[in-house]
Amino acid sequence: MIEIDHITKTYGDINAVDAVSMVIETGTITVVVGTSGSGKTTLLRMINRLVEPTSGEVRINGEPTHAVAPYLLRRRIGYAIQGHGLFPHQTVARNIASVPRLLDWPTDKINARVDELLSLFGMDPAEFRDRYPQELSGGQQQRVGVARALASRPDLLLMDEPFGALDPIIRARAQDDLKEIQRKLGSTIVLVTHDMDEAIRLGDRVGVMDGGKLVQYAPPEDIVERPASGFVANMVGDAERPMRLLSLIPVGDLTEDGAAEGAMLPDTASLRDALSACLWTGRDAVPVERDGAQIGRVTLAAIRHRVGQHA
Amino acid sequence: MILRLALLGLLLGLVLRPHAFVWMFEPFAPDRSTAIYDRASLLSLSLNHLALVAAASLAATIVAVALAIFVTRPAGAPFRPLSRTITNIGQSFPPVAVLALAVPALGFGARPTLVALFLYGLLPIFENALTALSTLPPRTMEAARGMGLNRWQRLAQVELPLAAPVILAGIRVSVMIALGTATIGSTVAARTLGEPIIAGLLTNNTAFVLQGGLIVGLFAVLIYDAFVQIENRLLDRRRKPVARKVA
Ligand SMILES: Nc1ncnc2c1ncn2[C@@H]1O[C@H](COP(=O)(O)OP(=O)(O)OP(=O)(O)O)[C@@H](O)[C@H]1O
Ligand SMILES: [Mg+2]
Repeated sequence: MIEIDHITKTYGDINAVDAVSMVIETGTITVVVGTSGSGKTTLLRMINRLVEPTSGEVRINGEPTHAVAPYLLRRRIGYAIQGHGLFPHQTVARNIASVPRLLDWPTDKINARVDELLSLFGMDPAEFRDRYPQELSGGQQQRVGVARALASRPDLLLMDEPFGALDPIIRARAQDDLKEIQRKLGSTIVLVTHDMDEAIRLGDRVGVMDGGKLVQYAPPEDIVERPASGFVANMVGDAERPMRLLSLIPVGDLTEDGAAEGAMLPDTASLRDALSACLWTGRDAVPVERDGAQIGRVTLAAIRHRVGQHA
Repeated sequence: MILRLALLGLLLGLVLRPHAFVWMFEPFAPDRSTAIYDRASLLSLSLNHLALVAAASLAATIVAVALAIFVTRPAGAPFRPLSRTITNIGQSFPPVAVLALAVPALGFGARPTLVALFLYGLLPIFENALTALSTLPPRTMEAARGMGLNRWQRLAQVELPLAAPVILAGIRVSVMIALGTATIGSTVAARTLGEPIIAGLLTNNTAFVLQGGLIVGLFAVLIYDAFVQIENRLLDRRRKPVARKVA
């Protein structure tokens, strides 16, 4: 568990981060979202002490971070920097191996880990291992940056706009991969982005920042359904809100007994998928299945009612 | 490459078999017997010359790089303007003046020459090292800190390797200056390739001057070229802007 306790960072006479408190549960993804200059990066960097807070403290599993030597603290925390920050004089493999080398892993374990990570990010190890960062595309560089942050399997991972340079398709896949890796390893991730879609898609909890302040910190459903302020509502985007909400709710939640025609949807699909299927095929209800067997249906009326609750 | 080999061949010939070049220098000499400098072996003069340059440049490199590292650490930052002033003074003293001042203290011979070459070599290396170390890509440095490299690891594994090509260019400039300046060392009895040049000037024998000058010039060209090759090798793969296609 990470406790951020009234942390403030002052530059000159502006508070880049202004008395932010948040509790981050172990094994969850927390996404901090906000406009440019709202203090996201500064907040993130105070967790691994790349920036020393002006006041307040951060505790990791109860232990204040200022009680540990900064470089030792940082070796335990993965950090994917905004815009990758790869070492231009080292190969991809050496870049990824940076922290394992600092931790004195045996060479064969390091090599295996490098290849594993490259494959995970869809880059053929044989082809990419010995390249230099300048010989990669922007998206590939960014993936290597994330791989480097994951290399030593840190329990805590800080990521600053890790998917900024990726095209929408690769981006969606990288987000899914990250979520899967996180579920598998149970790591705790704090991710910074200015993209509300990404926040809603990835976050177990979402923190919205504005002018250095944390204006709302809640599960994504709450951010969409009950934005704490006009600013948050604006970030979510009024026109997008129904769709965003529906994309967060699984079909299973609204499944009722009854028959329906046409192709079935799994109960893990989102209501957004169900709505889209209804509209596209002109149906009033879609059958829902689990493990291949139909378990009921979801109706257009039920979807409309669900959205109407918070309209 | 062919040009490089030809120049190397010419240099070796001039140094090892000077008498084979009588035909070349004869037109510039008062008579045939004095076409080739033979008061000392050109080989031993060359080796001495190079050794002086190497020793002075090595010392200048160590001091200048250490100084640049120091003033780019937080603790050394206040000394930055001062260190600049000192190295600039080293550069703006005429070498002859340095020699003249050093002789009473150090006597004649190699030592005052070493001091002059050392002082002369400091500035280009220091300036380049300072520039390189203070303009490292900030994101890369931030990543190095973020991953938990301590100060020494950052210096040895990131800062110096990244700065190396620029520092090397500084060393190259400094070695070039030293190669030329070392000839003046002969005026205080250091055994360098300045000897035939000065002897030639004193006896109105252009052939000697040409021999000394030509050998120094050829050394300079070849050493310069070697430096540039090393620098390029260091930068080669880092700079390649587009993906190499691996078949
Ligand atoms: N080292 C610094 N010195 C002075 N001001 C700073 C410094 N770092 C950040 N700031 C200021 O603090 C504020 C927050 O910066 P921060 O980098 O945290 O924003 P951000 O939310 O990450 O923005 P972006 O989305 O553009 O990356 C900005 O106004 C910035 O100008
Ligand atoms: Mg930022």
